[in-house]
Amino acid sequence: MSNLRGVYTIWYRDILRFWRDRIRLIGAIFLPLLFLFVFGSGLSSRMAMFGSGVNFAQFMFPGIIGMTVLMSSFMAGVSVVWDREFGFLKEVLVAPISRASVAGGKTLGAATIALIQGAVILLFAPLVGVSLSPGTVFMLLPLMFLLAAAMGSFGVLLATRIRTIEAFQAVMQMLTFPMVFLSGVFFPLQGVPTWMSVLTKINPATYGIATIRQIVLGVPPDSPFGINLLGHTMSLWNNVALLAVFGTTMTLLAMQSFGSQD
Amino acid sequence: MNDYIIKVENLVKRFGQLVAVDNMSFSVAPGEIFGFLGPNGAGKTTTINILCTLSRPTSGHATVNNFDVVRQQSQVRQSIGLVFQDPSLDDRLSGLQNLRFHALVYHVPASVREQRIEQVLRMTELWDKRHSTVRTYSGGMKRRLELARGLLHYPKVLFLDEPTLGLDPQTRNRIWEYILELRQREGTTIFLTTHYMDEAEKADRIAIIDHGKLVAMDTPERLKKIVGKDIICLKTDDDKRAAEEIRLRYQIEARHNNNGLTFEVVNGEEFLPTFIKEFSTKILSVSLRSPSLDDVFLKLTGREIRDETADAFKAMFRRHGRGMRR
Repeated sequence: MSNLRGVYTIWYRDILRFWRDRIRLIGAIFLPLLFLFVFGSGLSSRMAMFGSGVNFAQFMFPGIIGMTVLMSSFMAGVSVVWDREFGFLKEVLVAPISRASVAGGKTLGAATIALIQGAVILLFAPLVGVSLSPGTVFMLLPLMFLLAAAMGSFGVLLATRIRTIEAFQAVMQMLTFPMVFLSGVFFPLQGVPTWMSVLTKINPATYGIATIRQIVLGVPPDSPFGINLLGHTMSLWNNVALLAVFGTTMTLLAMQSFGSQD
Repeated sequence: MNDYIIKVENLVKRFGQLVAVDNMSFSVAPGEIFGFLGPNGAGKTTTINILCTLSRPTSGHATVNNFDVVRQQSQVRQSIGLVFQDPSLDDRLSGLQNLRFHALVYHVPASVREQRIEQVLRMTELWDKRHSTVRTYSGGMKRRLELARGLLHYPKVLFLDEPTLGLDPQTRNRIWEYILELRQREGTTIFLTTHYMDEAEKADRIAIIDHGKLVAMDTPERLKKIVGKDIICLKTDDDKRAAEEIRLRYQIEARHNNNGLTFEVVNGEEFLPTFIKEFSTKILSVSLRSPSLDDVFLKLTGREIRDETADAFKAMFRRHGRGMRR
């Protein structure tokens, strides 16, 4: 009970901060939209239609949703470093709530904010000719939240071990961009060189992006937009399970790491 | 169970080679104002960090409100309030939001939450500014807000780590009024560290700390009796010759400092008139005062606590510098 309250309080503060600083939302969705419309418009005409009549902008749209969620939640760990640098973390660490609940609250806060940003991107679907039914959105939102929580806990884990904002941002950029580029946001993963194929399959984001794409475009897992892992075609639930396992592991590690710091 | 709200036994904290807290033992009674006095780096903050569960002792035991600071961290945390040396507010939120956050994590019951928030905000005179972002507060207002926050959950023990460092005298006095009022009304035990002498005088008991060791512990009055004598500060046109004359005439070793000479005598009021009449070196100025805690520290450690004033300034600049980066 006390732990839940701790998680809730930490989560609530992060949401409150986000809400007081809503202008951040524009910054967070600007880059993904820029990619979507510049690459989407610029390349759509030059690239052949993918199977089932999907053009490049439509192909990229689900990837951009995933990218927005991923980048926002992953970077949200910076708030832990930020709080440490500006002293507020001390107030949190001497409070009668467990360190694990602090890590949990931070992860959920990051995931919630990322979900809101991803949901804003969904509103642009008609502009790229993607139609989303309420049922699709209903399936998408929990999936986006799962991806956000998984990446958010990874970010929080790193944040518990990195002391300065500058170092955290450097590490994050070194990880974020490879993770985005090698997850199938911008190009299909079919037929890429073997070394790249291996990297994409190690990348947990790949499974989130593929699932979002399959749901948004309504294509089956054994299409070119699916993932074949060691000869096995990953079903939608396979992907979800894999993300859940990754997210749970990262969350437990983050909780443990939070608990062991002074 | 015991009668003390804080009990520390043989506490040791090492950081590599450095012994920050060296075998410290003391107890604090409920409702007491207990002061840690010593220069920066003496181990005051390290001891507080152990007592409030932020740091683990290398060896020894400590209990706060009868809870062990290592094994019962959560209960200890619920029992204490803290005002840190460095600011620990969320300056992107309003004063009110900072307090609500605190009330939630410290389980202040919802039925009394808003009423208590109003009470502490009015006490610290921040009620009118409650909706402003903390970033817009002055240094003194932030300190007051931290104090208000520390009191919000009615802690058994309030730890104040240099609570008025870098504040103007007026704000310092105000903060002290709140602290004394709180003790009066709630019987809260107050554990403070300071290197302001006048602040330490307000404590019921003082522990003098130097190099991680407890050098002396008693009421301010009794500590001052260690020095016993009155203190005469003297400026002459030739301090060296004056010191020599004092040695020959009264068998007293005078100490040189930046302001001239100081020495101690019994019954200074009676000594001074004859001294001035008899003294042959030209006197520029002379003053007489009763011993202060500063003199006690000097007597016990051979050093002046005031040497640290420069450090206090540095700490102040650091704090303001941090505030400005945002």
